[in-house]
Amino acid sequence: MNRITELDQVVIKFAGDSGDGMQLTGTLFSEAAAHAGNDLSTFPDYPAEIRAPQNTVSGVSGYQVHIGSTKINTSGDFCDVLVAMNPASLKANLKWAKMGATIITNADAFDEKTCEKAGYEENPLYDDTLSSYQVIKAPINVLTKEALAPLNVDFKTVNKSRNMFALGLLLYLFDKDLSSPLAYLKKKFAAKPELVDINKRVLEAGYIYGENIEALESRFHVSAAPLEKGLYRNITGNIATAWGLMAASENSGRPIFLGSYPITPATDILVELTKHRSLGVKTLQAEDEIAGICSAIGAAYAGSLAVTSTSGPGLSLKSEAIGLAVITELPLVLIDVQRAGPSTGMPTKSEQADLYQALFGRNGECPCIVMAASSPVDCFYSAYEAAKLAMEHMTPVILLSDAYIGNGSQLFRIPKVKDLDPITPPLAQPNDPDFKPFRRDPETFVRQWALPGTPGLRHRVGGLEKTDIYGAVSTDGDNHEKMVAYRHAKVQKVADFIAPQKVEGDEEGDLLLISWGGTYGAVVSAMQELQKEGLKVGHAHFRHIMPLPRNTKEIFGRYKRLLVCELNSGQFVNYLRMTFPQFAYLQYNRIYGKPFFVSELTEHVHKILSE
Amino acid sequence: MSNKIPLSDHPLTKEDFLSDQMVKWCPGCGDHAILSAVAQTFPRTGYAQDHFMVVSGIGCSSRFPYYVNTYGFHSIHGRAAAIATGIKITNPALSVWVATGDGDCTSIGGNHFIHIIRRNIDLTMILFNNQIYGLTKGQYSPTTPQGTVTKTSPLGTIERPCNPGELVIGAKGNFFARCVDTNPKLLSDILLQGAQHKGTAVVEVLQNCMIFADKAHAAITSKETRDDNQLILEAGKPMLFGKNKEKGLIFEGGRLKVVTIGENGITLDDILVHDPYTQDSQLHMMLAQMCLPDYPVAIGVIRAAAGDTYEDAIEQQIESQKAKSSIHCVDDLLRSGDTFEI
Repeated sequence: MNRITELDQVVIKFAGDSGDGMQLTGTLFSEAAAHAGNDLSTFPDYPAEIRAPQNTVSGVSGYQVHIGSTKINTSGDFCDVLVAMNPASLKANLKWAKMGATIITNADAFDEKTCEKAGYEENPLYDDTLSSYQVIKAPINVLTKEALAPLNVDFKTVNKSRNMFALGLLLYLFDKDLSSPLAYLKKKFAAKPELVDINKRVLEAGYIYGENIEALESRFHVSAAPLEKGLYRNITGNIATAWGLMAASENSGRPIFLGSYPITPATDILVELTKHRSLGVKTLQAEDEIAGICSAIGAAYAGSLAVTSTSGPGLSLKSEAIGLAVITELPLVLIDVQRAGPSTGMPTKSEQADLYQALFGRNGECPCIVMAASSPVDCFYSAYEAAKLAMEHMTPVILLSDAYIGNGSQLFRIPKVKDLDPITPPLAQPNDPDFKPFRRDPETFVRQWALPGTPGLRHRVGGLEKTDIYGAVSTDGDNHEKMVAYRHAKVQKVADFIAPQKVEGDEEGDLLLISWGGTYGAVVSAMQELQKEGLKVGHAHFRHIMPLPRNTKEIFGRYKRLLVCELNSGQFVNYLRMTFPQFAYLQYNRIYGKPFFVSELTEHVHKILSE
Repeated sequence: MSNKIPLSDHPLTKEDFLSDQMVKWCPGCGDHAILSAVAQTFPRTGYAQDHFMVVSGIGCSSRFPYYVNTYGFHSIHGRAAAIATGIKITNPALSVWVATGDGDCTSIGGNHFIHIIRRNIDLTMILFNNQIYGLTKGQYSPTTPQGTVTKTSPLGTIERPCNPGELVIGAKGNFFARCVDTNPKLLSDILLQGAQHKGTAVVEVLQNCMIFADKAHAAITSKETRDDNQLILEAGKPMLFGKNKEKGLIFEGGRLKVVTIGENGITLDDILVHDPYTQDSQLHMMLAQMCLPDYPVAIGVIRAAAGDTYEDAIEQQIESQKAKSSIHCVDDLLRSGDTFEI
């Protein structure tokens, strides 16, 4: 038996050809870690092509998981263990491995041809490429074939089950048992017991291989994290988004409708919601992005919690219709799972560059609420709040998510739906003699939601400007100015209904790190490391962007320096400059298709503090 | 949500459905006649007034919702079909009507037009076809006849026009009718059939724009020529036209042919009998395609085949899943599948 080394946290990256099943391998490893009580965060990183050319660097699909016995905020910077199923995946990922990392390779996949395709002149397993690493050259093809020899299965089946060998080996290496993946296989292949048997044999073969080889100096153990007691599950941001919306539908009593057109990386929201007809969910896979939002606007008028989900290019197409929802003052939740742009850009890579578009990308004076989710689990709560604000304030809400948190996963402590904030849409009552379509609540400037089919509330809405209170078509300039001001004030007023901005770390001091959206994990981790070094540093992470929380200005005033970190060229920082010009802002921006590394943030802070 | 549209508990009249808004179409515009026919048709359906929902896009005809006393949504250019789709799916108990023009529907809204028909959402679309962009003051539209001089085709259009009927049937439409704005009684009868049809019913109205395309349909609608140039179709009746119903259609050599009764041995028994209800759309397509000068223009309900609607299918899926699934609320969902206690 090998000895077992105790670790606080470890980062593992699974990499292979896009058809090698690395996403499933990573997911099953994460589930096993979650069952063992580890906190975790995951990040799938895959090419846009479904089956890119085999054995090429562009076809590498990766899945990174960060597990720990402490709170885990990010999917990790550099990995401690890299599983490389072929030379291309080694080539693409070795630069992201720590010095001395354990590299597990499928040695059978490293031949002259595949090495050449990956851009290696020599086989990297036999030159000094890997001299600074612990390398395990596992003959996975041969051993998988041997494990399946008694079953007499074909070559294709052998190849398809190789990922289970890698999973078995990893589970051995990290001292996890096989119960969680076995339960998954039994459920997944309930109708095909022979496939359960095949995958089980290969999984066990990988595990036994780990036991038998002497190449392993040590196994690792990551103890359970001190998580709050409760019922947990592992959840991705896109699924959490869908579920948060469904919870809002239940608590508001409004049926949910999603109009959406498939687009990476947002499609999973449509896929998930469509599964839940049993909860009355109505979905329309629309003919295009415009029909997605327009059907949702129709659904909103008719009384649904109306949602449309998309990514950046889709948000562009929906712009005109957002204006229609703004002027008709209908509730609408628009989810933008951001990806790298402009245009088609890098569809599977993450970025935060749609903020300007969400804030300003429409004709006319066209304000709506803009929010951003900070983590996979926060997608649940952000989507819930987006729906609550949309309905209670009769306005579109744009909720920004991104590829990193949308596809990434985290442990989710399952809440009770009745413990969430209540939602009370301002429904107009049947035959209300005082009903007027644009009569507003004097405090919130919110108009009533009058559903067609309700007796006695017949009225008309539309894209033409309407008169105050009565809602007749009007081209009167003074009336227009008044309505523009109302729509603006209504959105600003939302600041009274959202939580005050929180600061983590030092409440005042040398530096405030400012961030928004999917970068929360990296920036809070950087803040914690800087604090450990003795710096007086705080972190303000914004969920609410339009409007900003009321105490934002007061917080900014408590620090000597303000550093805004975001995955774009400075959109939030410029918005802050425009909103609170009295402060000087520093900025740190990357636009490289992936989340921040904690280490680069801390390095950057060191640099500015030494200047 | 019930799929049945509630009936009115008291009799309604045309006047109940006219709004207090000033109608701002040009005097003499065909839209006035269509508005009048629609207001006449609404009470004939028997539906409760608060369950009518009129949706439109952009253009002269799309001002329609302001002029009827129902719930209304005047939306953005081309998108009425998509908005109406969301409304009807949310609340199938509404009688939904879409008012759209040839530009709104077949140009900027072409994609939504195809897909609402294909999905068979239960509503009635009135397509005001005046063969011109009126509200932007006279540019050609996708239905403008080739060669027409307009502001954006000073040398005549070089585009081939589309025929909305062909689009509807090509998109697997189950209901297509055509009428003229000069025959309000027939129009009301056709609209009523559209409303009673379960599924997307497209009613094309050949409508006159006095200002930018005056008399575009004159050969079809004028007193002198209409008898010879309109074939008014009726279910179960022979396809006859002409002042004395002396002309008719027969099917010969794989195509329709105009014949005269009494000539070349043709008798009434040889004339095709109209069946709008058959699923087979081939003859319906030929009738929709007929145009002057070789054929009369088909008027009336050309196709009215039965079919399932999208919103009913969703309701059925919901009902069957509710009965089957163990997940009855979001709490059940959150606790389903792979969870674990810590």
